[in-house]
Amino acid sequence: MSTTEKVGGGVATYVDQRLGSNRFLARNLKKVFPDHWSFMLGEIALYSFIIVLLSGIFLTLFYKPSMVEVVYDGSYVPLKGVMMSEAYASTLDISFDIRGGLLIRQMHHWAALLFIAAMSVHMFRVFFTGAFRKPREFNWVIGIGLITLGLAAGFSGYSLPDDLLSGTGLQIARGIVQAIPIIGTWAAFLLFDGEFPGTEFISRLYGVHILLIPGLILALVSLHLMMVWTQKHTQFPGPGRTNDNVVGYPLMPIYMAKAGGFFFIVFGVTTLIAGLVTINPIWIFGPYTPDQVSAGSQPDWYIGWLDGALRIMPNWETVAFGYTISWNIFIPAVIMPGIVFTAAALYPFLEAWVTGDKKDHNLLDRPRNAPTRTAIGVMAITFYFLLFIGGGNDIIAISFDLSINWIIWFLRIAIFILPPIAFVITRRICLGLQRRDRDKLLHGYESGRILRLPHGEFIEVHEPLPEKEKAVLMAKLGQNPQPLPAPEPTDANGVRNKHYRIKKIRAQLSHWFYGDNVEPPTVAEIEAGQAHVAHDAALEAPLHEYEELDYVNVPFHGGVLHEEGQPMTNAEQLEERGGHL
Amino acid sequence: MKALAARRRHPAFLALLLLVALLGVGVAYAGLSSTAPAEAVATADQTAIDEGKRLYLEGCSSCHGLNAEGGTAGPTLIGVGAAAVHFQVSTGRMPMGAPGAQAPAKPPDYNEAEVAAMAAYIASLAPGPAIPTAEDLDYSDADVAQGGVLFRINCAQCHQAAGGGGALTQGKHAPSLMKATPQEIYEAMLTGPQNMPVFADGTLPVEDKQAIIAYIVDLQGADSPGGLSLGRLGPVTEGLFLWAGVMLAFVGLAVWIGIKAR
Repeated sequence: MSTTEKVGGGVATYVDQRLGSNRFLARNLKKVFPDHWSFMLGEIALYSFIIVLLSGIFLTLFYKPSMVEVVYDGSYVPLKGVMMSEAYASTLDISFDIRGGLLIRQMHHWAALLFIAAMSVHMFRVFFTGAFRKPREFNWVIGIGLITLGLAAGFSGYSLPDDLLSGTGLQIARGIVQAIPIIGTWAAFLLFDGEFPGTEFISRLYGVHILLIPGLILALVSLHLMMVWTQKHTQFPGPGRTNDNVVGYPLMPIYMAKAGGFFFIVFGVTTLIAGLVTINPIWIFGPYTPDQVSAGSQPDWYIGWLDGALRIMPNWETVAFGYTISWNIFIPAVIMPGIVFTAAALYPFLEAWVTGDKKDHNLLDRPRNAPTRTAIGVMAITFYFLLFIGGGNDIIAISFDLSINWIIWFLRIAIFILPPIAFVITRRICLGLQRRDRDKLLHGYESGRILRLPHGEFIEVHEPLPEKEKAVLMAKLGQNPQPLPAPEPTDANGVRNKHYRIKKIRAQLSHWFYGDNVEPPTVAEIEAGQAHVAHDAALEAPLHEYEELDYVNVPFHGGVLHEEGQPMTNAEQLEERGGHL
Repeated sequence: MKALAARRRHPAFLALLLLVALLGVGVAYAGLSSTAPAEAVATADQTAIDEGKRLYLEGCSSCHGLNAEGGTAGPTLIGVGAAAVHFQVSTGRMPMGAPGAQAPAKPPDYNEAEVAAMAAYIASLAPGPAIPTAEDLDYSDADVAQGGVLFRINCAQCHQAAGGGGALTQGKHAPSLMKATPQEIYEAMLTGPQNMPVFADGTLPVEDKQAIIAYIVDLQGADSPGGLSLGRLGPVTEGLFLWAGVMLAFVGLAVWIGIKAR
């Protein structure tokens, strides 16, 4: 036994005697995870959150959450002698007078943007592969909660430096709160402790930003990961993979190395970008005062869609009993996001109800095999993207020399027309891909080689699928989900079905969800098809392997010269073809 | 003399006396004040005005009218002053390339002398803001920080806090200030071209104008302490960079790690 082993063993024993950890580690370090690049998208979110936490701790050492007015006397000359809040002055100090401060600030901001972007992409992966299905619905809901908290964390952080953009954003947020009927005005006064901007809000927001929201995110992230751990990770269909196993590599050492390495990659790239690319140059925007606003004031990207909704909303207001209800703010900024987040959180349950699917799903769907779900996802992304464009309408107008009014009108119409078009197109593409999968299973893939037969016919040689792809496609056999049957209005005894109407709607929705799916071929059909593929290969074989083989299978197209599959010597073939191959 | 004495109470006498006195003062003033060099300048001015009028009739009158009285296609230029002409023509905004929401800046069609001639012609029609003098444009003593405050109060809501420009309604826009010269900035404030309001000396004194110019010049030359500036357009370009650059890079890296593990 080497010295290292002795020492290592000694430490392990010492720890185990006190924590009883060996059994735990032995069991869990062997845990197997399936492998796919898209399973690492969530890791990007986790790692960027860690970067946000670490850089945030540094920032708290120097940031002063105070709205007390001070005269700036730091090293940034164009603001020297200007009155500003202590919050803004301390952010300037972090940027210019504290060693490494600007780098850390930019890391914090870039990593925050990345955190939400990575969560979104991770959500797309989970949605389009159906990973949210039973038994993982709750984890999906937690994920939606995390994204919501991510938006809140980002927005509260964006508001803390108290620069011109921060204040403008806060004023809009206050306007949104005020637009809530009945309680709006009081709620706004409660939050801001009086008129805008007041003197309290930055310090209140600071507590929310550094304690409340990160605490909740940490708690939910832990829960999220624990559920992945206990429920096991889903996997794509493939060779040897079933709904009841997990095929992959053990945590130790493969995933420890991969995940650890990826953490350093994310950290490294984020640091590099923070060092090379400016984000939020607050010194240019200047301190916030309520009488100033800058053209091109924008929120960070993740709030952009909400800002866009506000920007494209027509100016509707109702005056009732002497009170104004600002539909122009209330609908786009409160009702619309409320509907979007609720629908997103409830989606797994809605889909399960529509499809009547009560099975556990540990094997992922390929997006094409759930065309309606994929189409709903693309429709939602289209909707989001249009609002997102609305959020940058002024920058788009000036960059591309367009009229901002035309952009707004385009979006007002497109927001109702383009998402349904995206739905229809996506669904058609998915169904087309399903047909192609069916063809591939039946006939193998097209090799691109054209063969001319002795009697003049041209055929394209099909080749058998690689094993891996075949396993992926075969996974669908017998698994094609069927729409729910239409209910009977009365049962066999003529008793009226009490739930007939709701069941009928459900059956119709289920038909809409599954009805157009392309039925995969049966095993018999595939075998017949593969005989065909083999026959193509055999036709071609003499060209390549004439010398090596004694005989080949030569089933001919058109004009039966031989029974299919009958072996035939090369001499016989040659004779049959009149000496030409 | 007797006849004169007899008529000195005639009602016309007073009027005649006034006429004679006025004529006398006028002749004496003309004689005393007119000197030879001034006459030469007046002649040169007249030459410039004539040349300016010729250029005006050739290049501007189709929209602004034969006597600069304006029309459906262009506003009257009577009283806009030399500063407006210099700003519009020397930045290439006028003559306009095509009718549109707003005249964009482009390479100028006239040289400095021609611009000066046209400015002289328009200034000769009616008084208006003159081209700022070198003294007006001397911003060396101006307070940059004060200029920043004034810029954010008066300019940033259209030209954006970093002076990058911003969109207005119906395709109109406040242009970027990143290439504007001090003279152009001064003239723009003085004359309010296109959709810009006029910041006359009464509302924005000369020192304030100089401070604003000092701040814009500082912005033009400012380096970007945080690295690549992304056009200083704020969160839109940052978001674009995040998705098209950073996020794409990370997905690529994830794919790379995924492939290596096989």
